[in-house]
Amino acid sequence: MPEPSLNPDPLLHVRGLAFARNDEPVFGPLDFALDRGETLLVEGDNGSGKTTLLRTLAGMLPPSAGEIRFDGQRISRDAIAGRMVFLGHHPGMKSDLSPCENLMFLSGLYSAREGVDIESALARVDLAAYAHTPLRLLSAGQKKRAALARLALLSGELWLLDEPYANLDRHGIELVNALISMHCARGGATLLTSHGAVRFADPNARHVRLELGTESTVRE
Amino acid sequence: MVALVQSETTVQTPGALTAARALLRRELLLAWRRRNDALFPVLYAIIVTALFPFALGPEPQLLARVSGGVLLVTVLLAMLPTLESMFRGDLEDGSLEQMLLAPQPLALLALARIAGYWLSTTLPLIVVAPLLALLLHLPLDVLPVLLAALLLATPLLALLGAVLAALTAATRRSAILLALMLLPLAVPVVIFAAGAVAAAQSGLPHSAPLLWLAAALVLALVLAPLACAAALRIAVET
Repeated sequence: MPEPSLNPDPLLHVRGLAFARNDEPVFGPLDFALDRGETLLVEGDNGSGKTTLLRTLAGMLPPSAGEIRFDGQRISRDAIAGRMVFLGHHPGMKSDLSPCENLMFLSGLYSAREGVDIESALARVDLAAYAHTPLRLLSAGQKKRAALARLALLSGELWLLDEPYANLDRHGIELVNALISMHCARGGATLLTSHGAVRFADPNARHVRLELGTESTVRE
Repeated sequence: MVALVQSETTVQTPGALTAARALLRRELLLAWRRRNDALFPVLYAIIVTALFPFALGPEPQLLARVSGGVLLVTVLLAMLPTLESMFRGDLEDGSLEQMLLAPQPLALLALARIAGYWLSTTLPLIVVAPLLALLLHLPLDVLPVLLAALLLATPLLALLGAVLAALTAATRRSAILLALMLLPLAVPVVIFAAGAVAAAQSGLPHSAPLLWLAAALVLALVLAPLACAAALRIAVET
């Protein structure tokens, strides 16, 4: 007997999504679905529109065509309501504050995951020793880890990660992969971009390769 | 199996007031870390005020007569260069994206940001205002009216400036643009605030201009954060 699913709609469903800046097409039209427990890797060269796609999906840019559905609803601020964790190019953290203080601010805005506090989130990204050092004194890789700590701390179901591997060493890359597999196993979904230079390996996740450019393709 | 895991993510979202408090706390912490920056507007105001006796001559009567207006314009000018960066840093380091995507009313976050700005940048100016008044021979019994006028006028200017700072956050060289847009808007504020001080100096009733300022402040407290939020959403689009 097939078990009736509580969530018949995929977490993220994109139909005919296109974005144009000053009538110049940036990407699209794109069609894809991202369900719980899945990981979607967006690949493309520099300037191919990966970041623009992520910002469009996060609702920060209005698409020029198509529609985005999040958990069955047309995307809006209420539909997302903190269920999305966005990690952009910029760390989204204040360089004069320590990782601990930055995360304290974020946990005032977003709901934190149950049983996870700031210390354990920082320990998860191997930054416990630098919890109280101002961010500007940390290396680029450590700053990236501080930004990644929000993935361990916050409870959002959909992760939108823009170049999460940038500036990271081998252990850092493994850390990102481990965080993503954990998130998938918990039923979360991840959409990440990469310029393709990093070996991305997670045997449990469905991989959809999305190549952006003038001719956008979706490959399973 | 996936459906079973869903129940884990039902964690309470922090309330809007918690979020506003978290932002205000962050702002004050940042201001404390960069506390030397708060000195610049204060030093600027002191130096500009000290120039007036040199330029106009040291007659106490003349200085006392212009002191209210001079002080208000000086405080306004001291605020101008600091207003521009109100949302700039948050836009550049990605903090604004995090605030935008948070399940919190952006207008309330903007209000908390403006409150943080007022406490860290403008309040020091009000604290030194009695010293500036002394430099210009303002009669001591008028000092409470001056402070009341500043306490009403500066938040109003901060709120107006915040809307313009949000509108120009994504543009380069926005400092002069912001000044050009804010100064006309500041005219009524200066008229009422300086009017109250002048009225008190000549022994006339001064509560009417102060009440007008208070009414405008209440209006701005409600409307400016909403306008800020709309402008910030546009700033993130570019």
